Amino acid sequence: MKVSLSWLMAGLEVEAVSDRYDYLNRVVIGRLVKIDPHPNADKLKLCRVDIGDRIITVVCGAPNVKYDMLVPCAMPGTCFPKGTILEKSIIRGEASEGMICSEIELGLGANSDGIMELGPNHSVGCPLNKALGLSDPVFEIDLTPNRPDCLSIIGTAREIAAFQKKKVTYPEICLPESFDDISDYTSITIMDPELCPRYAASLVFDITVGRSPFWLQDRLVSVGLKPINNIVDITNFVMMESGQPLHAFDFDRLAEHRIVVRTAGEGESFVTLDGKERRLDPEMLMICDGEKPVALAGVMGGLNSEIENSTTKILLESAYFDPVCIRKTSKKTGLNTDASHRFERGVDPKGTITALHRATQLIAEIGGGKLIKGTIDEYPNPLPDRVIDISGTALNRRLGIDLGINDIENHLKSIEFQVHKIDNDRLRVIPPSCRVDITRFEDITEEIARLFGYNNIKTTFPLIPAEARHPSKKIESRDRIKCLMTGLGFNEAINYSFINHLSCDRLNLEPDDKKRQVVNVLNPLSEDQSIMRTSLIPGLLETMKYNISVQNRNLKLFEIGNVFFNTGQKDSLPDEIEMIAGLWTGKREDAVWFSKEIDCDFYDIKGVVEELLGNLGIVNSDFTHMPTASCFYTKPGFTAQVIIKDEPIGLVGELHPKVLTNYDLKQTAFIFEFNFDKLISHTPDTKSVSPIPKFPATSRDITLIVDKDIEANKILQSVMDLNEELVENLHLFDVFEGDPIPAGRKSISFRITYRSSSETLEDKRVNNLHKSISDRLLRKIDATLPSV
Amino acid sequence: MEKTLEQIKKEALKELEAASDRESIKAISVRYLGRKGMVTQYLRNISNLPREIRPEAGKKANQTKKNLGELFKKAIKQLETPSYDTDNRIDVSLPGRVIPRGSLHPITQITQQICDIFVRLGFDVVEGPEVETDYYNFEALNIPKNHPARDMQDTFYISNNIVLRTHTSPTQPRIMEKQKPPVRIIAPGKVYRCDSDLTHTPMFHQIEGLLVDENVSFGDLKGVLTTFVHQIFDPETSLRFRPSFFPFTEPSAEVDIRCVICKGDGCRVCSHTGWLEVIGAGMVHPAVFENVGYDTTCYTGFAFGMGVERIAMLKYGIDDIRKYFENDLRFLRQF
Repeated sequence: MKVSLSWLMAGLEVEAVSDRYDYLNRVVIGRLVKIDPHPNADKLKLCRVDIGDRIITVVCGAPNVKYDMLVPCAMPGTCFPKGTILEKSIIRGEASEGMICSEIELGLGANSDGIMELGPNHSVGCPLNKALGLSDPVFEIDLTPNRPDCLSIIGTAREIAAFQKKKVTYPEICLPESFDDISDYTSITIMDPELCPRYAASLVFDITVGRSPFWLQDRLVSVGLKPINNIVDITNFVMMESGQPLHAFDFDRLAEHRIVVRTAGEGESFVTLDGKERRLDPEMLMICDGEKPVALAGVMGGLNSEIENSTTKILLESAYFDPVCIRKTSKKTGLNTDASHRFERGVDPKGTITALHRATQLIAEIGGGKLIKGTIDEYPNPLPDRVIDISGTALNRRLGIDLGINDIENHLKSIEFQVHKIDNDRLRVIPPSCRVDITRFEDITEEIARLFGYNNIKTTFPLIPAEARHPSKKIESRDRIKCLMTGLGFNEAINYSFINHLSCDRLNLEPDDKKRQVVNVLNPLSEDQSIMRTSLIPGLLETMKYNISVQNRNLKLFEIGNVFFNTGQKDSLPDEIEMIAGLWTGKREDAVWFSKEIDCDFYDIKGVVEELLGNLGIVNSDFTHMPTASCFYTKPGFTAQVIIKDEPIGLVGELHPKVLTNYDLKQTAFIFEFNFDKLISHTPDTKSVSPIPKFPATSRDITLIVDKDIEANKILQSVMDLNEELVENLHLFDVFEGDPIPAGRKSISFRITYRSSSETLEDKRVNNLHKSISDRLLRKIDATLPSV
Repeated sequence: MEKTLEQIKKEALKELEAASDRESIKAISVRYLGRKGMVTQYLRNISNLPREIRPEAGKKANQTKKNLGELFKKAIKQLETPSYDTDNRIDVSLPGRVIPRGSLHPITQITQQICDIFVRLGFDVVEGPEVETDYYNFEALNIPKNHPARDMQDTFYISNNIVLRTHTSPTQPRIMEKQKPPVRIIAPGKVYRCDSDLTHTPMFHQIEGLLVDENVSFGDLKGVLTTFVHQIFDPETSLRFRPSFFPFTEPSAEVDIRCVICKGDGCRVCSHTGWLEVIGAGMVHPAVFENVGYDTTCYTGFAFGMGVERIAMLKYGIDDIRKYFENDLRFLRQF
């Protein structure tokens, strides 16, 4: 049957196509032109091998090498089926430039006795896969969990056949002659039919356990399975062929020669085939003999009933287990096997016996032995067929197509669905038992859509009312703030929401800091991503560190994102709070021809914040000293908290030197951090324009000498507190310390702008007012005028 | 003999040409246009001319007076313009004083572009929490506990019932619980999966879409997504819809677009298939409607989701997904 690479439309996606003999590309045909003894080892030989373009030396220990023999010679880089990669080597002091191989080493046969001898007609230097015509494309199909019916060669073939409009040829099963009666030898008891609806078994006696024939091993290897012995290989082969996992027990090792299917007892334990002891719990389904568990149902067999070389009688199991039960067991034990993968997705409940017969037949053929007559099939409550009634009209409406009822019927029949017409619009549909994904009308619409072709469905548009909701203020403000920040020269960063669990310590946080109420990730990928952030600062600092390491030393970064606080209540969502933070480090400006580089400082980042707030229309913000012991990652005395209408919304400041040390940063940085929701709650929704003044303004400067520690804003505020109607604006333009200003004091100069809304002010009036303001200020605060 | 008006004018211009400073021009002006100036004299003498030519002569004389007056003024103004050294120049090749602008992260830009397209189609932008309950992230979306479909997404757990959302799809049930149809939403946001390699980062961004109303069909889904692809890429981009599986849609589809890099010839980006998988979509599964109390006999809808990083990679030619979260300034500045 042809399967094209671009074939995708059957719902099966071919993820990759490879040739399983590709590894033979690097194995070339060589002719032995000289064979010398190895100078340092009696059993080894030095072979000179002609590989076409040159002659190489290969150290070899095989007994059958002889002059002029054609052999497969693996070149360095060859990846053998067992996974090893060949390298040039020195063996007992002699260089070996390649390796001449046996059949088994190349995965081409079972012979391990000596080097594989090739017929005389091959040309030296030719890659072995070309020379032997070996090519076997392997399709890797990306199966979605809803299609367990395709977890087999037959299932895949069935799917392809439907789209190729062809019929699948199923393997012919013909059971050999049988003896006695199975019920004389064994019995099956299902204690928990909910978890194990069906369990079937057959018996084969007098078998010989041994290596499988090469064709069988080769088939298993071609789909990535490891051959073990003929019995196990046959169960795996039938599973790959039919999708039904099977298991073979050593019948003589089953106590009382019977099978009991039950859940595990509390505290019971069990050793699986891989030699590991598993703790069981009452949710796990076990296959037991008359005394003890012998298999973890649907997941893995037990060591105590494993097929051994001495085994002569086997009981072959084919069952249908509850998918959820198998998945739970698989998850709890961490055992994800080919069997559990199929059972947890759902095998065909009607395929149990067919697969059992197919395996029984193969065992009798390959493993010899005699078949005991009959099959035990415990199926107390057969799973009912799924009957789905569908309406053609509803189907057409859901898909936006216009298929006649007969077309729908034919499509469904093409994929082995049973269909009965109820009336001119309705069909009664019974999907095949293997299609466990088909349970309701909508599932049928997908089948029709697939068969009709998604790309044949006409493109239409929904008819929807032209109504609109008001966009959320949060989203709108976020976009606006992001634009403002870029206008202010800041680059937006996006850091991971998870950070290192040591971040709280690195941030110098006190033990009772709210930011320590972190949300832990139970299964982090690394320590660096083990807790959800409670601040954007660690992320920005990591980003700063990374950038400095790649020589980006001048950074203006901002980020808007959520932080997460643990509420302390189990199984409740954390508090998710949106924050905005910024970081400025390095130079205010890159060095330019017209000015020197200047380091950025507190007032640079404060200016950014002022401009941001101003642009948002927030006019009444206060910057005050951060109260002591309220922020430990910024430098005390160099940090302001930002208050709007009595509500603190964030901070601006210089990073604490300890934090810099903790992050191994050599240059300081200035940050701001705001609660985004609080910030936008203070953003006015409307804007109104003030009239442009009609009359000119007059300004007067004033310089005061005050105590060094007096905050400039106090002085300006004192002026504003005088409530002089004509004072329009105050502008601070100079602050100076040092000679001639006395020690401990500083001079502050600001310009007062006077304006009247009703007339042009006369100089005399302004002079008088200015003098009066200056006099009152001097009385109010501890200040002097500069001596002229 | 008295000079003609023409002669007077000619002489005046000649003198003006010779004059090199303000004073001499002023003097010339007085000599011709002053009270005793030649033009003034001429004007006075017009009354002596024969009556029939008087009006014409007067007109001409006044014109000349006016012209000369303007010329003198202009000449003085020109002299007053400060002279400059024509050899003196600046280096216009020096860089200007720029006000450096920052940049929006590419993820933000693409998210905005995608949202804008759907907003134009009448969708509302909504958001949901990044840390989610198992219920909204899985169960409400028809992914029961112990269902193999849970293996499709590697989940970060906070507790047994709390996860980092693995997709933006939980916004679907969250919105539908609050709002009756018609529903038209688009939900961008961060999502998390326990996966990290060349093509996966443990955090990335998705955009979810949902439209529910009466009589919404798979054809409508194709229409809306085709429009979207044509807007975000270009109107010539061809699309194909492939069957797929998502537990919360039925039928489910994977939407491929013609590779925007090689235009379908096959390249590394499209793994030589000529197609790129960009959107997962489908008709909302009735179980999802049942979970939020929508009448499944009345309403149908479609949902879709896409990865923002993926679309940004295709639009900007970014080849390593980790670049998005390294925040290397040299990367960020390019946007």
